[in-house]
Amino acid sequence: MTKILVSIKRVVDYNVRVRVKPDGSGVITDGVKMSINPFDEIALEEALRIKEKGLAQEVVVATIGPADCQQQLRTALAMGADRALHVQTDAAVEPLTAARVLMKLIEKEQPMLAILGKQAIDDDANQTGQMLAALWDRPQATFASKVEITGSVARVTREVDAGLETLEVDLPAVITTDLRLNEPRYVKLPDIMKAKKKPLETLDMASLGVEARERYKQVKFEPPAARSKGIMVKSADELVTALRKKGLV
Amino acid sequence: MSRILIVVEHDGTRVNQATAKCVACAAAIPGAQITLAVFAADGAAVSAAAAQINGVAKVLRVDHASYAHPMAAAIAPQLARLAAGHSHVFGPSTTFGKDLMPRVAALLDAPQLSDIMAAESATRFRRPIYAGNAIVTVEIPAGSTVVATVRSASFEAAGSGAAAAPIESVAADVAPPAHTRFVSVTSAKSDRPDLQTARKVVSGGRALGSADNFKILYSLADSIGAAVGASRAAVDAGYAANDMQVGQTGKIISPELYMAFGISGAIQHLTGIKDARTIVAVNKDAEAPIFEVADFGLVGDLFALVPEIEKLIAAK
Repeated sequence: MTKILVSIKRVVDYNVRVRVKPDGSGVITDGVKMSINPFDEIALEEALRIKEKGLAQEVVVATIGPADCQQQLRTALAMGADRALHVQTDAAVEPLTAARVLMKLIEKEQPMLAILGKQAIDDDANQTGQMLAALWDRPQATFASKVEITGSVARVTREVDAGLETLEVDLPAVITTDLRLNEPRYVKLPDIMKAKKKPLETLDMASLGVEARERYKQVKFEPPAARSKGIMVKSADELVTALRKKGLV
Repeated sequence: MSRILIVVEHDGTRVNQATAKCVACAAAIPGAQITLAVFAADGAAVSAAAAQINGVAKVLRVDHASYAHPMAAAIAPQLARLAAGHSHVFGPSTTFGKDLMPRVAALLDAPQLSDIMAAESATRFRRPIYAGNAIVTVEIPAGSTVVATVRSASFEAAGSGAAAAPIESVAADVAPPAHTRFVSVTSAKSDRPDLQTARKVVSGGRALGSADNFKILYSLADSIGAAVGASRAAVDAGYAANDMQVGQTGKIISPELYMAFGISGAIQHLTGIKDARTIVAVNKDAEAPIFEVADFGLVGDLFALVPEIEKLIAAK
């Protein structure tokens, strides 16, 4: 059976203005709205579209994190994923650890494709997909804005600094998503009801044989340096005069 | 002593300026000994240029047909092999470096730090998280290899022109994978300055309303020698090409002058411009968050103001 594995991460919602704790020990997440990382929603949407075209038979969604992550897995199931895998841990999961866990899931599930968001909007690391591709020794097509699958080959258009690059990769492969790949569907109420009956398997890192190793320490969190408040000018003339005074035009 | 290996980003003939910024970051580490690695189909010109960057002790030149286009799957195994004996492996935080470096880190079984904005020591770095809403200081235990991407906007490019560093040819001894093939790259060709490195940037948002309306920004940009950028909203709407996007997931830039027209200033956009020296914002909404970070704000209709500003600049 041809499968697609999609990994999702529970993160502070896109619209929340994140603040650093006064003691510098982290950012405030208590009572803050949590959501599926937006790039991961795009990854799931792409997997669902590939399945709906008849090019895959099953979409498996996975996450790594504490018990609360099951909310996001249920949302993913409501979007249309067939089943969910929850690797439950309360430990901080670094990208390389996440990639190792996902590699274990790949060994178990043998998907033809793993689709991940290009980065999570909390740590902004942009690493896990590439690390997974390295561990799997398979191709990577990162920052995808278009994916076309023909037989055992994916043709992927990537958003790069120079413009748009197209790669052809043999499957199985890892694809990471950029913003313009698709627009994720909205979840409908009946789908939320249906999702409650879909299978959700809980696993732990030890049984997968992965250690939550801490390879670095985040020792201090600070708010960014604030820009000093500027001035409001009344006219184009006043603006150009000010810029001219600074030698900018 | 820190032995730092930096992968050179280039287009086949010229070294991308992001490389000199990686060198500047590495040079801040006490006792840094900096080696550059050039992966190219024919790296003669690029290696010679890279050897000119001040602070570089040696350039490793690795030529192979599979490096004609920078594909992570081809370069990563070879770069990981060259990394042996180095304490740090750096690349630029561009799409090239973001694609490549984590693949190298995984092959080295090493952690990666993305977008480092300061090196406080050989093992202590600062980097932005949450779209720049927080800055975290990260410590890596001594003895662990540090793989990192360097945030270009945080560093002044290292200069060049001192004595050229020696260039050493290295044979590519890792077979490139056949599973990944380059097909094409298309870029909107323009004679304007490169957005990433431009000293001045004129940028537009959704309020422009159409790709055609962006013409007034191109005209203003051309009159002052500026690059043109766009907000995510403008790119999503199809008014501007993806490579023009400025912000958390687009380009992080640090021009001397950034002029934002019709950009409201979502936090994801602001993170891309907060290192700009001077920010100008023109928006018809006086409450737009962009005004909180602007050095000069002007409330009004951009369609009237852009041509007027261009005319006033030309008038001198």
